[in-house]
Amino acid sequence: MSAKEFFRKVIGIEIDENAPGYKPGRRNTLDLSHNVILYLEDITVSFDGFKALNKLSLAIDAGELRCIIGPNGAGKTTMMDVITGKTRPDSGTAFFGQTIDLTRLSEPEIAHTGIGRKFQKPTIFEQHSVFENLELAMKTDKSASTSLFAWLGDDERDRIADTLRQIRLNGEADRPAGLLSHGQKQWLEIGMLLMQEPKLLLLDEPVAGMTDDETMRTAELFVSLAGKHSLVVVEHDMAFVKALGGKVTVLHEGSVLAEGDLDAVQNDQRVIEVYLGR
Amino acid sequence: MKATMREPFIFRFFSALDARSRIALGVFLAVTLLAIPALHLMLPPESAFHVSTYAITLLGKIMCYAIVAVAMDLIWGFGGILSLGHGIFFALGGYAFGMYLMRQIGRDGSYHADLPDFMVFLDWKELPWYWHGSDSFWWAAALVVLVPAVVAFIFGFFAFRSRIKGVYFSIITQALTYAAMLLFFRNETGFGGNNGFTDFKRILGYSITSSETRLVLFGLTALMLAATFIFASWLVRSKYGRVLTAIRDAESRVMFIGYNPLWFKLFVWTLSAVLCGIAGALYVPQVGIINPSEMSVANSIEIAIWVAVGGRGTLIGPIVGAFVVNLAKSWFTVSFPEYWLFFLGLLFIVVTLLLPHGLVGLWKTLWKTLRKSQGAQA
Repeated sequence: MSAKEFFRKVIGIEIDENAPGYKPGRRNTLDLSHNVILYLEDITVSFDGFKALNKLSLAIDAGELRCIIGPNGAGKTTMMDVITGKTRPDSGTAFFGQTIDLTRLSEPEIAHTGIGRKFQKPTIFEQHSVFENLELAMKTDKSASTSLFAWLGDDERDRIADTLRQIRLNGEADRPAGLLSHGQKQWLEIGMLLMQEPKLLLLDEPVAGMTDDETMRTAELFVSLAGKHSLVVVEHDMAFVKALGGKVTVLHEGSVLAEGDLDAVQNDQRVIEVYLGR
Repeated sequence: MKATMREPFIFRFFSALDARSRIALGVFLAVTLLAIPALHLMLPPESAFHVSTYAITLLGKIMCYAIVAVAMDLIWGFGGILSLGHGIFFALGGYAFGMYLMRQIGRDGSYHADLPDFMVFLDWKELPWYWHGSDSFWWAAALVVLVPAVVAFIFGFFAFRSRIKGVYFSIITQALTYAAMLLFFRNETGFGGNNGFTDFKRILGYSITSSETRLVLFGLTALMLAATFIFASWLVRSKYGRVLTAIRDAESRVMFIGYNPLWFKLFVWTLSAVLCGIAGALYVPQVGIINPSEMSVANSIEIAIWVAVGGRGTLIGPIVGAFVVNLAKSWFTVSFPEYWLFFLGLLFIVVTLLLPHGLVGLWKTLWKTLRKSQGAQA
């Protein structure tokens, strides 16, 4: 009996040889041959009979900037949970590129394949300095044994400094992140995402709590990222969605209601009913 | 964090300490390795400055507790994992080394037999299989490290893999140590039942009661405490330590940036158990007894109290806490034995309500206020 069999039969653990270690490019390499970065097909998730997602199908092109809108409870956050491995779908498939089956990977593994996620509530390490927040997020070998002896080289310091400038926090590098303003925390979390060098960024209400000025600067940043990265932005702020200018998908009761550019969607009779009809 | 990270490791360990810690460490080692042995051996017992055997045993015991407190601080203060069953690892280390000490008694026990007294009493004819090799010091030393490590690793693997956290984890650790205590209480388990191991005579052939042996054990304990402190300081300042505190503060963020918390938690958890095991092994020959009450739930809770009183997440705090609480305990249990638990409870409530950062936090606040008022005068 091999060690793998032993673990499966006797202890009941499936040993996934591709799993830990997370060496970049070791298996889970992204295949973009059909120019589509994310496929969701017929995803259904139910909680105690309530269908948070109901046969949701969605495809995001490589380099696209997609906005997802929809009323509360439409399933936007659940969709992100499925993509990032936090929630397993009851049925349906979720593929990253042509080959990576997201429903079989854990959260850290999905992060290593190149998906970064920003939470609705800014989630940063409040006790760590701004610099350390970015340092921990930086794309590198993230196994526990490597981290024991890890040290920062000049290249890495430069990359952190670049990101600090990009998110306009270069004056705050040594401050504890917990002392930042709400908008700055949102920017720091976006900066942490950028340090991961993800192919696909999932951004859940990234401009909540920002001033108008900050919101517009965020829109500029996202537009500049599109092309090199693919972005999926969940947002309520229509001015922000308009400034992003990408294709818009409307979710309602766990599936796609309408899709198209913002003007078309806003004039769609079903969308108007969902938003205003009740 | 510093640019100069390519230094040899021994420097890295020391560069993890700030100037004040280095001075404190130097003073500590001078006192424990030079002053106390000198005062014990050179001065006559009637001198006011003579350090008695009782004092050396007490301080040695408290230093063992301080090692446990630092180990607890690593998982609780820095990892956010509260174990209320850490006594089990301390006791396992103690029992592993106690087996060796029992074999060192040889035929000098009350039955003058080859087997330890309690086995003769139970009418056992030969050693159980797990006692084989226990007459070797190095095998015992290996068990001191390996037994807590294996138990902690297996328990931790399943607990952390199932993402058991917070109070649920604490309760399960209590159940673990309680179950182990019941197991060790049984005579059939082969560890002396409720009497445990005692009446030790020798260690490596030297009399265990002689002043010299006691001082060597005392010095080794001091060195182990210093080493634990230096290593822990280095660990929490490494990138590993930063990820660990990040897991404590926002575990889901850590997962979504690509770290698997399982291995980070499992490493510090197992390390903490090993440190407790070593502390237990140093404790047994100095105190002269190990029995299942070391695994009692109350004992493990006391460990958490030392850390909370001293100030968790500071490393120096738990050492201070272990000394303050245990010195108070030995005074109370002599003067007012019936009030000790009330005092302990009161201390815990006061610290929780008024001193969230423990005595170290209080000291820092006082120091700052003092500096400010001096600055205002100048």
